[in-house]
Amino acid sequence: MPIQSSYLHSDMKRDTSKITNLTRVEKVEMRGIVKQFPGVLANDRIDFDVHAGEVHTLLGENGAGKSTLMKILYGIYHQDKGEIYVNGKLVNIRSPLDAIRLGIGMVHQHFMLVPTLTVAENVALGLHSSRKFLLDLDIVSERIKELAKVHGLYVDPGAKVWQLSVGEQQRVEILKILYRGASLLILDEPTAVLTPQEVEELFHVLRSMLNRGYSIIFISHKLHEVLSLSDRVTILRDGKVVKSLPIVGVNKEKLACLMVGREVLFQVEHPSVKLGKVSLALEGIWVQGDENLPALRGIDLEVYSGEILGIAGVSGNGQRELAEVIAGLRKPTKGRVFIKGTEVTNWSPSQLLEYGLSYIPEERMRDGTIQKFTVEENLILKDHIHQPYADGIFMNFKNIARESERRISDFDIRTPSRYTSLKSLSGGNIQKLILARELSRNPGVLLAAQPTRGLDVSATEYVHRQLIEQRTKLKTATLLISDDLDEILSLADRIAVIYEGKIMGVVKRNEVSVGELGMMMGGVHKDKIK
Amino acid sequence: MEVIIIGIAKSAIRLATPYLYASIGETIGQLSGVLNLGVDGVMLMGAFSAFYTVLKTGNLILGLLVAIVVGAIFGLLIAFINVTLRAEQGISGIGVYIFGLGLSSLLFRTMVGTVQAVSGFPPLFIPLLSNIPIVGEIFFRQNILVYGAFALIPISWFILNKTPLGLSIRAVGQHPEAADSLGVNIVRIRYLTVIFGGMLSGVAGASLSIALLNVFQQNLTNGMGFIAVALVYFGAWRPLSVLTGALLFSTVNAIQIWVQVKGINIPSDFTLMLPYIVTIVVLAAMAKRYVRPPKALNKPFERGE
Repeated sequence: MPIQSSYLHSDMKRDTSKITNLTRVEKVEMRGIVKQFPGVLANDRIDFDVHAGEVHTLLGENGAGKSTLMKILYGIYHQDKGEIYVNGKLVNIRSPLDAIRLGIGMVHQHFMLVPTLTVAENVALGLHSSRKFLLDLDIVSERIKELAKVHGLYVDPGAKVWQLSVGEQQRVEILKILYRGASLLILDEPTAVLTPQEVEELFHVLRSMLNRGYSIIFISHKLHEVLSLSDRVTILRDGKVVKSLPIVGVNKEKLACLMVGREVLFQVEHPSVKLGKVSLALEGIWVQGDENLPALRGIDLEVYSGEILGIAGVSGNGQRELAEVIAGLRKPTKGRVFIKGTEVTNWSPSQLLEYGLSYIPEERMRDGTIQKFTVEENLILKDHIHQPYADGIFMNFKNIARESERRISDFDIRTPSRYTSLKSLSGGNIQKLILARELSRNPGVLLAAQPTRGLDVSATEYVHRQLIEQRTKLKTATLLISDDLDEILSLADRIAVIYEGKIMGVVKRNEVSVGELGMMMGGVHKDKIK
Repeated sequence: MEVIIIGIAKSAIRLATPYLYASIGETIGQLSGVLNLGVDGVMLMGAFSAFYTVLKTGNLILGLLVAIVVGAIFGLLIAFINVTLRAEQGISGIGVYIFGLGLSSLLFRTMVGTVQAVSGFPPLFIPLLSNIPIVGEIFFRQNILVYGAFALIPISWFILNKTPLGLSIRAVGQHPEAADSLGVNIVRIRYLTVIFGGMLSGVAGASLSIALLNVFQQNLTNGMGFIAVALVYFGAWRPLSVLTGALLFSTVNAIQIWVQVKGINIPSDFTLMLPYIVTIVVLAAMAKRYVRPPKALNKPFERGE
């Protein structure tokens, strides 16, 4: 079965690049792979293989070793021990270029695209030009169009990448590796940033590629997607293979149990609470975005004490700006913000903190913590200038130590010690640390932006429980901003849908269907549905 | 009046030359992600080595070549410090500047001693074009290094935008991980741009000592290399805009020189300040533009981070 002969033929005729003329990857085998990082055995004698025409999924929590294993296959890391065979032949993959030459392509979780360049330029990057010292972007564009047509990956070759939606950018990533003749695709959490509709489209494309003889390694921890796409699944935990099994007859609960090593609750309990007063209110908020265009256009919202209001929407519709304006990090051009009845428009972030706002930022590494500081220092940031952590101009190390030890144990932060530098913690533990700091302040209003993005099942479960508990026991007014519709549906009491900086409607969670939410996320106002 | 304007315009074109060489070199280096603040030091070394070669041999072409080689050696040094050793680029550049300043002064004092003149590149009249009234006088009766500097603008634009090499350079400065994942050799590209930038800085220095001023003295450049770095920001990493900036700056300079020569009654301290004030004002005014430096500027690259 030839891989879409049309473009390979045209390729040979034009001889644009030496490396696109590849034999198909029929079988890749990784045997006994060992990779040691300082302090962590990331991969411990892992066996893994994939055949043409199948999807083999790598499932595991963050830090289980999935990405490391795939980065070894793609030449970004090199294994300490173990062999890799491609079509039965032992190979030594020392760089991404070696992997590309073997027909292996990888779509990284964080896209490897240069935003200031066009689609065609991103594809042509690193390739020999058919015109030697002159770029052949016109030829590249033509071939992108051919490939796009064959695989249903439509995108404008002349568009700058920063102008594209996340879904389109992902298509460019896939086109980029197809263009290089890859027949084994490694997809590292490809659905993390997509809307439900885009996920469907992607799976459709991938299935038709399987029929053409491509093979796919799929990395994910979204279980329903794993079940719907995979042929086989290999589960990793702590760098070891727990189990490798065909997907037939497997269910979500079983996968979760294998992955985490215990049973997992998918549905969070949601006890009803008597609502209090309005704790957070926004009145006609307008805000400029980074590109100097209005990112929010007249937002009105009210969050009551004792409720979680979820902001649903496709990413990039003003969610980040909304969080920043409430946290005092971005000035509104129009409109007013109230916390507990007091107008707080244009207050500084520190004034807002003092007034009872806690903020779990979207970028937990950049905005939520200081990576070079220790766990202890990060735990008391924001309150470090007050009693009991400071006496006048001096820090009170005894109190700091006591309080941080308490938080580390209460919030189950897995760290060697409180002196450990933050950057050696996993994403889940960093998020627990942020929760510990923000929730210990007993906030009246909690602003949680993408609180579980990139977290694994256990950490997500933990964050969800904490948010519900905070709402139920302490009646905190929570504004939950999340791109993950499942998360909004399982946590929020009411849901506001944001589209191009406007609220398309606010609905009670139990009075709305996923379909209706999907339409609102696509820009249909609530009143226009039905 | 006409004569005055022609005179000032002609001298503005001449004076733009060292800035153009140095700024274009710096632009290409920065586009690949390497900030080099040592331009002025490399210019001084280029200026001295060209001057000394011409003083001893009288061979202008040889002088120019020596300046290019010296510039390349300094470029190699800068690339080694910044790319291989992954130094903090802002600081290492200042080190290179002081090194170039000191070494060129030392060599000048021990090998030459007193300020003396050499005969530099003569004006090269372009046939036909140099006979056009006014325009011919301003543009086409300059020396060869002036023509070279202006030719560099379209050449660098072409390389950056129309060749695979230029594409790699731009990608490496914006998103080195992406370029690396497609097999682009980050280290090689950065060495290439920085060494090329060093060569151009050498030429910039030579253009002062064997084409425009035809002398060498301690600190001959007087901070021109730093202005060249400022022009890169002014030009937003685009050769054509760098040219605009260089011309603005050299025009103010030419006026300043004319005012001094004419003995017009303005304190010379003030006129000398003028070009720098213009630079600061214009850069401050441009700060609001929506142009960002290459994302990976000043960031050493390491695979798998």
